[in-house]
Amino acid sequence: MTSEQAVSTPPLGRGRPTSAELEALPLAPPAATGLAEVVRRRYLLGMLVRNTIKSRYQGTVLGWVWSYLQPAIRFCMFYFLFQVMIGRGEGTIENFAIHLFAGMVIVHFFTETFNGGTQSLVQNRSLITKLPVPREMFPVARMLVAAWHTVPMLIILLIPCLFLGWRPDAVGMAAALLGFTLTAALGLALGLLFSVGNVFMRDIGKVAQTLTQFVTFSVPMMYPFTLVQERFGEPLASYYLLNPMAEAVLLIQRGFWTGTTSDPEATAAVHLPDHLFTRGLVMTGISLALLVLAQRVFSRLEARVPERL
Amino acid sequence: MTTMIQVENATKSFTLSYQRSLKQTVLAKARGRKTHDVFNAVDDVSFKVSEGESVGLMGLNGSGKSTLLKLISGVMRPDSGSVLTRGRIAGLIATGTGFDNNLSGRENLYLNAAILGMSRAETDRKFDEIVDFADLGKFLDTDVAYYSSGMKARLGFSVAVNVDADIFIADEALAVGDRPFKRKCKKRMDEIVSSGVTMFYVSHAPGSVRNLCNRVLVMESGRLGFDGDVEEGIRYLHYDESDDNGDDDGLGADI
Repeated sequence: MTSEQAVSTPPLGRGRPTSAELEALPLAPPAATGLAEVVRRRYLLGMLVRNTIKSRYQGTVLGWVWSYLQPAIRFCMFYFLFQVMIGRGEGTIENFAIHLFAGMVIVHFFTETFNGGTQSLVQNRSLITKLPVPREMFPVARMLVAAWHTVPMLIILLIPCLFLGWRPDAVGMAAALLGFTLTAALGLALGLLFSVGNVFMRDIGKVAQTLTQFVTFSVPMMYPFTLVQERFGEPLASYYLLNPMAEAVLLIQRGFWTGTTSDPEATAAVHLPDHLFTRGLVMTGISLALLVLAQRVFSRLEARVPERL
Repeated sequence: MTTMIQVENATKSFTLSYQRSLKQTVLAKARGRKTHDVFNAVDDVSFKVSEGESVGLMGLNGSGKSTLLKLISGVMRPDSGSVLTRGRIAGLIATGTGFDNNLSGRENLYLNAAILGMSRAETDRKFDEIVDFADLGKFLDTDVAYYSSGMKARLGFSVAVNVDADIFIADEALAVGDRPFKRKCKKRMDEIVSSGVTMFYVSHAPGSVRNLCNRVLVMESGRLGFDGDVEEGIRYLHYDESDDNGDDDGLGADI
């Protein structure tokens, strides 16, 4: 299937292409695959993403308002519970609710990409077994859907941040961007790997669910990173930082949380590890390498996907 | 003549596993039973189809026709050997696959066309033609969930036959909708055939194969049993000895 040709074919009532025209086309395997093919067929990708987003609030009266309402309520709950009722972080971590919610935005993006991607092939079974569509399209679509759902959460995060005197700074924005890049690459890589694994053994889907639960607790959002250092010291604290998602959460906190505290520099110095950017860049590099590897594994195994679905 | 489809020693094997859970597998192994079986659904098949040929693929159920078709359409890839094609493949395969019940007929039309490899501009250009053909009237902007099965089938069919294909694939079940629509389909199929497109048509109905094809391939348990003239192919399959009044030979069953 080559849609490039589609673009170049003359309009309606085109005659049959002549022999010479046909001869000019390559004799090739019938369906191209791979992430490059997904990019080439982005028109279809965009449509799949839009439809998934649309169906999320299908039949609701409030529609997209829900995507703001849900995180807003969650944030208010965090604020009331942790800062008003328990008084968590008083004197040690300022604005604990933002510390928590900022981490949650990125963790949510990750888990939705990872879990959604894992289920994506099985869920689109009927399409995959009948028509030639590049299979990578489904995990990629889930990642884009997850990214889209992150936007309202980010906006809800920004409102209290701005209220508390946070202003965007170049370094902080770079940190947040790096955090999102890291998470997207890692989530997609794992989504690709697990989606194809899930076709062969549905247990893989359960493993993915368990892993995402683990992620929620293994990143410094419900507790500050300093707690890990205090309780476990070195070298365990550095092992803790080998988790790429821990890095991503710290980067997001550099982007949004530290700026809301009374002395951002001091907060960053106390609560964030040294060499945050170096660590972040290394982890992003590793995640991108993992993505390339995941795509390799995927294209090796996907040949057997239609018959196993 | 330009080669449009080139299949060389293509083999596709399937693994049949008898057990799914670990417990079952371990028990079966302990008792010395087979845990899985491999068989070739398509076994060392080679042929070439040139431009403008119209090939009928016949064979009994389970002989590997559908698998071979999936290899050509690109849904599956051969384990060994090669399947190469030229240009865009489209046609009546799984029409209406990928319809989203939550979307309107119009949105599904665009989605389905995109799945079949059409661009937005191409769909816009063909939009009226497709809508005319499906004849959905005011239901075009209704959610597909409220469509009757005939209406859904008509929409799927209309999109599929309006994709410009260099290789047109048709997998049976052309009989969708009511009588007037069937007539329209038949007319459209005849147009497609007379346009000289390369055709690959899977069918059990000798009547429509006679009508549409100029060459027949017969599959026999995964192997290519016969390749040649239409009448000889039908005779090879013993499909010419009709045991009833010859009704199934007519077009009613198929187109």
